[in-house]
Amino acid sequence: MSGIPSSTSKVRVYVSLKNGVLDPQGRAIQHAIEGLGFSGVEDVRAGRLIELEVDASVTDAALDEIANKLLANMVIENYRIERV
Amino acid sequence: MALRSAVITFPGSNCDRDMAVAIEEVCGGEVFRVWHGDAGLPDDLDFIALPGGFSYGDYLRSGAMAARSPVMRAVAEAAARGVAVLGVCNGFQVLTEAGLLPGALMRNAGLRFVCREVALSVANDSSIFTSRYAKGQRITIPVAHHDGNFFADDATLDRLEGEGRVAFRYAESVNGSARNIAGVLNEKGNVLGMMPHPERHIEQAQGGIDGRALFAGLVSRLVNA
Repeated sequence: MSGIPSSTSKVRVYVSLKNGVLDPQGRAIQHAIEGLGFSGVEDVRAGRLIELEVDASVTDAALDEIANKLLANMVIENYRIERV
Repeated sequence: MALRSAVITFPGSNCDRDMAVAIEEVCGGEVFRVWHGDAGLPDDLDFIALPGGFSYGDYLRSGAMAARSPVMRAVAEAAARGVAVLGVCNGFQVLTEAGLLPGALMRNAGLRFVCREVALSVANDSSIFTSRYAKGQRITIPVAHHDGNFFADDATLDRLEGEGRVAFRYAESVNGSARNIAGVLNEKGNVLGMMPHPERHIEQAQGGIDGRALFAGLVSRLVNA
């Protein structure tokens, strides 16, 4: 109830499909962009951005484990972690 | 000896009762209903079924949350001991997310939810789940899913095919699955995941009975073993 303590920081985890994995949603978005009359958009890949609020005890190694054990499915996805 | 089975219910499962009824009708024995938050399973189980549905609202990825729920640790241990595990639809997604089966189930290639009967071809007729079918047999089983597009890298697909671990293939275009794979087995052959719903075709009133042989074969192999 007291809100987020100021000692925390934000981490962004970007999850995207691996190269070579077909992305039907990305393709549908691309078609929709064309439908709006925009040309020149050659490819669209849809991913996911997950923001975490973490305190100082959360190490880079822990973030890496969180990402590859849960946030991304390593069979089809890659991730990139960014401390903000 | 009677079969001892468990059907796991996650928040958002919706085929758990159908699954339990199918097992009771065809396999007989005792069917336990287990809640996802339970840390353990009943003792001496022969068979565990993970039902279809939309566990945890498909948050993050279909099956991702359920795969990490407490009961799945017990399911993984049971699978390692050789207990038969069947995951249907969302249950298949849970098994891949839990790492008990290879590959991943992605959004259908056509982006639409597919809900209809589909033709399947039986690719393996020697597993504990498929011994009552004949290899190459055409069967009809309903599907109902949005994320059934099976993906694995080519090396994994080659290995699955080479080891006879593709149980069923779609005999028509359904969801864009790699090599038309509809169901796969684990290395030991005691874990099967499949998108089609065999529990929905066990008596004529449901429109077909082609799912019945899966349960009938299973009980004959597990109980008479």
